Amino acid sequence: MKAEAPLLRCRGLGKRFGGVRALEGVGFELDRGEVLALAGDNGAGKSTLIKIISGVYRPDEGEILYDGVPLHFDNPRAARDAGIETIYQDLALADNLDVGANVFLGREPEARFLGLLPRIDRKRMRAAAHQVLETLEIDIPPSKLTEPVRNLSGGQRQAVAIGRAIFWKARLLIMDEPTAALGVPEQRKVRELVHRLRQQGVAIIFISHNLQDILAVADRILVLRRGRKVGELSRAEATGDEIVRLMVGG
Amino acid sequence: MLVFVAAAWPWLFLVLLLVFFESWARLAYGVSFVFNGFNAQSIALFAAAPLLLGLGQTFVIIAGGIDLSVGFVMGLAAVIMARVMQSLTPIDPGLALALGITVAFLVGLVPGWINGTLVSRLRVPAFIGTLGMYGVARGTGFLAAGGTTVPVNNPWLFEMGNGKLLGVPIPVLITILVVIAMHYLLSQTRFGQHTYALGGNRAAAVRAGINVRRHTLLLYMISAGCAGIAGLLYTARFSAGAAQAGEPLLLDSIAAVVIGGASLFGGSGTIIGTVIGALIIAIIQYGLVFIDVEPFWQFVAVGIVIIVSVLIDQSRERLTGEIKDEG
Repeated sequence: MKAEAPLLRCRGLGKRFGGVRALEGVGFELDRGEVLALAGDNGAGKSTLIKIISGVYRPDEGEILYDGVPLHFDNPRAARDAGIETIYQDLALADNLDVGANVFLGREPEARFLGLLPRIDRKRMRAAAHQVLETLEIDIPPSKLTEPVRNLSGGQRQAVAIGRAIFWKARLLIMDEPTAALGVPEQRKVRELVHRLRQQGVAIIFISHNLQDILAVADRILVLRRGRKVGELSRAEATGDEIVRLMVGG
Repeated sequence: MLVFVAAAWPWLFLVLLLVFFESWARLAYGVSFVFNGFNAQSIALFAAAPLLLGLGQTFVIIAGGIDLSVGFVMGLAAVIMARVMQSLTPIDPGLALALGITVAFLVGLVPGWINGTLVSRLRVPAFIGTLGMYGVARGTGFLAAGGTTVPVNNPWLFEMGNGKLLGVPIPVLITILVVIAMHYLLSQTRFGQHTYALGGNRAAAVRAGINVRRHTLLLYMISAGCAGIAGLLYTARFSAGAAQAGEPLLLDSIAAVVIGGASLFGGSGTIIGTVIGALIIAIIQYGLVFIDVEPFWQFVAVGIVIIVSVLIDQSRERLTGEIKDEG
């Protein structure tokens, strides 16, 4: 493991679905504390790309080096265990469970009941949820922590999803349209969160249709069109017009 | 306030029912309805079988599924158990009972495994898959029974079905033990937590690394296992196995779960709620007989309770803003 190696290096990634080439020869690098935006029209391959990195799909071609080591994830769990957390568009929260249960979904801590039977440690889950929301400066009234998350606002729910990722020590956070379902003030909150995470050294990949979002938080912008990489811009050189031109081609 | 009433309504309704029958019994007959050992026992025995089916059903419904096969799986388990015991009892009654219990339980697991595989792996809608199993278990049960009931003359079996321990009928005790185990499983373990997650947001459960297929398979096996236990208690109580043992109980089991506050869309429900639901149904059925109302009114009364409980459940969701009406 070389210290100077980027956190994530993808080379020549390709994926087919039947006869359709969803992704072809895509490569990029991402460093710790860096924010990469994925831009592209519908069907450009953005979702396919992040699903490969997060272990949902296996690439047909190419390789991924994570921390200098080739990645071979069979499932999302393996990716999460390696510190790659993904936050999906439709909020991967179980609406009927409370904040703590969502933060720990699938990884609930257990205690022993009567020193014998395994039992979910709800106290610990609640305390940890409270603590992670505090470090991220997310405002959720304590009384709401024990209610189903469907009683929270869209921004609060997005914050819970991000909080979950951080709690599990995400080193690479992938966000799919993190602001799509939110009102303007909540969009701003999510942007602030992204900044805070970057300062903590988390690498972030995010997909957005919102050029304002992209220009506000991304260090670099990778533009995809029809499964191919058609441009990679640094924030300094990127303009909204340039990104759109690359997205639609011409 | 309204939200609270809606949430606590099964308890409230249970109390109202008891008050109603208690007053009636005192005014009309000058006796107590509730503080009467025989009544309490009868209601508990009455509630036991639909409750057992309802326990497994609670898990399945919380996860967003449904199991229509439980009634006939119960009958199938009862018949196979009776067959095994019929042939083994002359050799060794104790061994016959032990094997009979084991077989009844295992027989239940087979349709459960098939249901679970259909729903989880082959993506058959639960309603259709378990409806198919409803027919298969029904036919198999009658075939195994030779179209009639299968009597067993085994004193140990009789004792298990009709004996008492500390004044409580043994079938009721067994049901209570299963209730405690299921309550623990649902409310205290990761398995229970994942069941809620599955019903709340399946995609989220998958992404959280929960093995959703395996989990779904286990849910249907739990449901069938509970039906197996109900079947073996039936055989014990009547010293005979019958394919139609659980026929009228399917709807009661679903009704118990729904009255207990579970949503058929998944994501909510509790074992305690299902217990209350089963008690409400049993008290209505037994109480109406007790006060000499024509038995057919039972169906009307239970039907109304089901409809009212669903209406209350929906209004609760409206009150807390969970359902956003478009109309």
